[in-house]
Amino acid sequence: MRREENFTQKIDWITVIIYFTIVILGWLNIYAVTYDEEVAQNIFSLDLNSGKQLLFIGVSIILILAILIIDRHFYETFAWVIYGLILTVLVLVPFIGKEVGGNKAWLGIGAFGVQPSEFAKFATALVVAKYIGSIGFRMDNLKNQLVLFILIGAPMALILLQDDTGTALVFTIFVVVFFREGMSPFLLIVGIGAAAIFLLTLMVENHFYLYGTIAVVLALAIALGKKKPRRIVSLVAGAAVVAAMIGSVDYIITDVLRPHQQNRIKALIDPDADPKGYGWNVTQSKIAIGSGGLVGKGFLNGTQTKFDFVPEQSTDFIFCTIGEEHGWLGSFFVIGLFLSLLLRVVFLAERQKNRFSRVYGYSVALILFFHFAVNIGMTIGLFPVIGIPLPFFSYGGSSLLGFTALLFIFLKLDAHRMQMLQRL
Amino acid sequence: MNEGRKEIIQIAFVIVGVIFLVKLFFIQVVDERYEGLAQSNAKFREIIYPERGLIRDRNGKLIVYNTPEFDLLIIRNEVKTLDTAAFCEVFSLSRHELQQKFTQLYARREYSRRKPTVFLTQLSNLDFARIQDRIDEFPGFYIQARSTRAYTSSAAANALGYVSEISRRQLERDSSGFYRQGDYIGQSGIESYYEKYLRGTRGVRHILRDVAGIEKGPWNDGKSDTLAIPGQDLIATIDLDLQEYGEMLMQGKAGSIIAIEPSTGEILSMVSGPSYDPNLLTGKNYSSNFVLISNDTNKPLFNRPLMAQYRPGSIFKIAQAMVALQEGVITPETRIVCDRSLIACHGAHTNEDLRGAITHSCNPYFLTTLRRVVNQGKSANTFEDTRIGLEEWRRHIRSFGFGAPLGIDLPNEKGGLVPSVAYYDRAYGGRPWKYSNIYSISIGEGENLVVPLQMANFAATVANRGFYYTPHLVKSIGDSGEPLPEYQVRHYTTIDSTHFQVAADAMERVVLEGTGQYRARLKDVVVCGKTGSVQNEPRPDHSVFIAFAPKDDPKIAVSVYVEYSGQGARAAASIASLMIEKYLYGQTKRPHIEEYVKRGKFLD
Repeated sequence: MRREENFTQKIDWITVIIYFTIVILGWLNIYAVTYDEEVAQNIFSLDLNSGKQLLFIGVSIILILAILIIDRHFYETFAWVIYGLILTVLVLVPFIGKEVGGNKAWLGIGAFGVQPSEFAKFATALVVAKYIGSIGFRMDNLKNQLVLFILIGAPMALILLQDDTGTALVFTIFVVVFFREGMSPFLLIVGIGAAAIFLLTLMVENHFYLYGTIAVVLALAIALGKKKPRRIVSLVAGAAVVAAMIGSVDYIITDVLRPHQQNRIKALIDPDADPKGYGWNVTQSKIAIGSGGLVGKGFLNGTQTKFDFVPEQSTDFIFCTIGEEHGWLGSFFVIGLFLSLLLRVVFLAERQKNRFSRVYGYSVALILFFHFAVNIGMTIGLFPVIGIPLPFFSYGGSSLLGFTALLFIFLKLDAHRMQMLQRL
Repeated sequence: MNEGRKEIIQIAFVIVGVIFLVKLFFIQVVDERYEGLAQSNAKFREIIYPERGLIRDRNGKLIVYNTPEFDLLIIRNEVKTLDTAAFCEVFSLSRHELQQKFTQLYARREYSRRKPTVFLTQLSNLDFARIQDRIDEFPGFYIQARSTRAYTSSAAANALGYVSEISRRQLERDSSGFYRQGDYIGQSGIESYYEKYLRGTRGVRHILRDVAGIEKGPWNDGKSDTLAIPGQDLIATIDLDLQEYGEMLMQGKAGSIIAIEPSTGEILSMVSGPSYDPNLLTGKNYSSNFVLISNDTNKPLFNRPLMAQYRPGSIFKIAQAMVALQEGVITPETRIVCDRSLIACHGAHTNEDLRGAITHSCNPYFLTTLRRVVNQGKSANTFEDTRIGLEEWRRHIRSFGFGAPLGIDLPNEKGGLVPSVAYYDRAYGGRPWKYSNIYSISIGEGENLVVPLQMANFAATVANRGFYYTPHLVKSIGDSGEPLPEYQVRHYTTIDSTHFQVAADAMERVVLEGTGQYRARLKDVVVCGKTGSVQNEPRPDHSVFIAFAPKDDPKIAVSVYVEYSGQGARAAASIASLMIEKYLYGQTKRPHIEEYVKRGKFLD
């Protein structure tokens, strides 16, 4: 019975409170999106998204209780099993799944559909934590690194096959977890650098300026540094690679990316070029948020989201409702909540006594961060439109349950961090 | 080796959050643009057209009212796909016509893909019943109700005028900024003159619409909406029965009838022949009918009472007599020999006094009288004397309302002509002229020009014994119960009232024993009249008659012009007396006269 005492004493209530605040705010905003003055509507009605979301919240609470009751060793012990199961389901989805919105990423269970990819996130986090936490793991071991990339690459590839690019991209954030656990920053720098060069190339019309800049930087680096032949060669090679990237951007845009992906990138660079076409989502989203002003139009008084000017307004573009109805102050509050949650989870991860829990904690923080950054970034035109939900906030059972499992498994591990130490 | 990586991650989180808040601050607080964009997204401004004011006759009978019609609006952006076959069927268009409609739409200057634009106009009630059930099949199309004019009678078309969509030129000239493309505006007649009273004030309703254009309730709780204020109703001075009777009499003839109530200047009827049915110039077929009517060689849109300038003919002799009496160059007892050497005359008379001369319309009498008026010996030089005398004469004549538009409440009124010294100087190119050059004005021929309205006004002036109210067609605007202030002012002539009594006596005799005796005399009432036959060699004369009745306390003054119908004693005198009879008694007791007018064979 000592465990029952720990159960309430040791759980991190700060995180729990932030979690429920976000969930409740999300639920109210889902109601605001569908609210229609003309019809007497009940926020609890199961005909409305708000009613269904409340049902999902109820299921989430049951899930939370189950996660907290299940023995703490379960997650570490069965990490591989859970991961294997999810991968199997992901393999099967294209064959037995049903098509929703062009993506065959759903499994039908009765009236509800389940999106297995939402659950692949915590499964992958578990298995990555398990592998990094295992005895004899060394981050500087290339073979170990290779296994890690296969672990995140497998679900990514399967989800890409379902045409769900947004969710697949989430798995790239594990690179930051690896970085935290000691991997060389080289890959991160290359990745961020490549993305920066890619965007810069799109934004600067005349590539001559870019090539000129590279030449100047190269000349300065050679002139100011040590004049070792090897260093000069590698600098020149690096510059050549960057120049080649710039040259290949047009090729990537037109030949590698699909038309809808091209448009999303074009919309990011210049949404006004075609506000009725590919720029519609971003333009309307910005109009909705921008029209909110400092304090917003008030709860249920928004027009842009409610009247469907903003697409996907209760899932991917739910943040527009905050922006429109609650203004900059409301946005500040929601962003503040998410930042508090992320920083709190990092704080909790850092206080873990074993590597498994810490790696898992960082995975939780970074997966949530990726969603937060990409989702809000796209609604305000800072990021291409990639359809991923705002955690705990967007409408959707699979995503809410998936994120809840992700977070509360960590809170369960955190609650037992002292015992973890005992086991070692 | 992992030192500081925790901090890098934490800092990255915070930086992203701060970037978001800064960006949000810019689009939400700094940039004002988005609020307007959001409104233009969801806010739809719907114009509510006011009901145009009604027009009733002097007895309260409705003449002009409104009937609903419907315009079909299009918001091009919302028309994603259009089932053209179904559309053509519902709106009774051919495929070719539909294409034309779209071509016309795109060609319009104010056309915008985002704004509602008129696509089809003036669908009738009947069309609407068929369309309203199926309009949902055509997203992007909306029906807008407004009203169009309708008339209870086919009479008084030229007095009432018509209403049509404002033309591009009118829109450009409109400095008030009141009108928009597609608005209706009074184009002539009362509709045009009283436009600002009749039109009312447009209302505006702001509604919220979702992305599919479906109405979602009022914007801003309807606080910025305004109601349409209906136009003010008018009470016309016209007696609709009399008007219809007059039009019946004028059927098949060209000319005009004007009847005025002398004590007020109210126009009881104003007939212009030939006329048209005002119902032709409303609704969907306005354009095609307008072309037909305006190209009609009989010129039904030409409002003869105000616009047709004729020489006045013998009826002008009354005016000449008044001037001569006022100038003191004759007295009512002055006799002048009917010397037909210079000018022809008619009838058997030799040496009449003034009343006799008027009764028999003696030309030499007035030739001499006007000479006495013009050449009073104020200058030793005959030429100079004529100039002085003519200006004096002109001053008197103009005080009757001749020579300039009277100022009736209708557009396009002509003023006629009272020749001046300057006029003759121009006409004679600087060569000297004197009375012997201009004497034909003495009998209402020569250079004089009047419009029928001025003659009716003159009859009313004699009836009033020396003053008139400017003739007008509207006796009450809205609830005021009053006409415009300019129609409540008496205009006195330069002639003493006593002289008009002589005119009235003489006009009484015209009807009792002179030129008008056969067709203008009525049994129960003393009619005062004067015939005129305006020469049109080689075509027949215009038949002219002015009259008022009863002689004492006159109720009605009339002028009648019937073109190319011979002596005034026939067509015009008959019509004038029938109008008087109809107005005073409601019907004629002389069906043979009515029959004579209807037959219209005045030259036999």
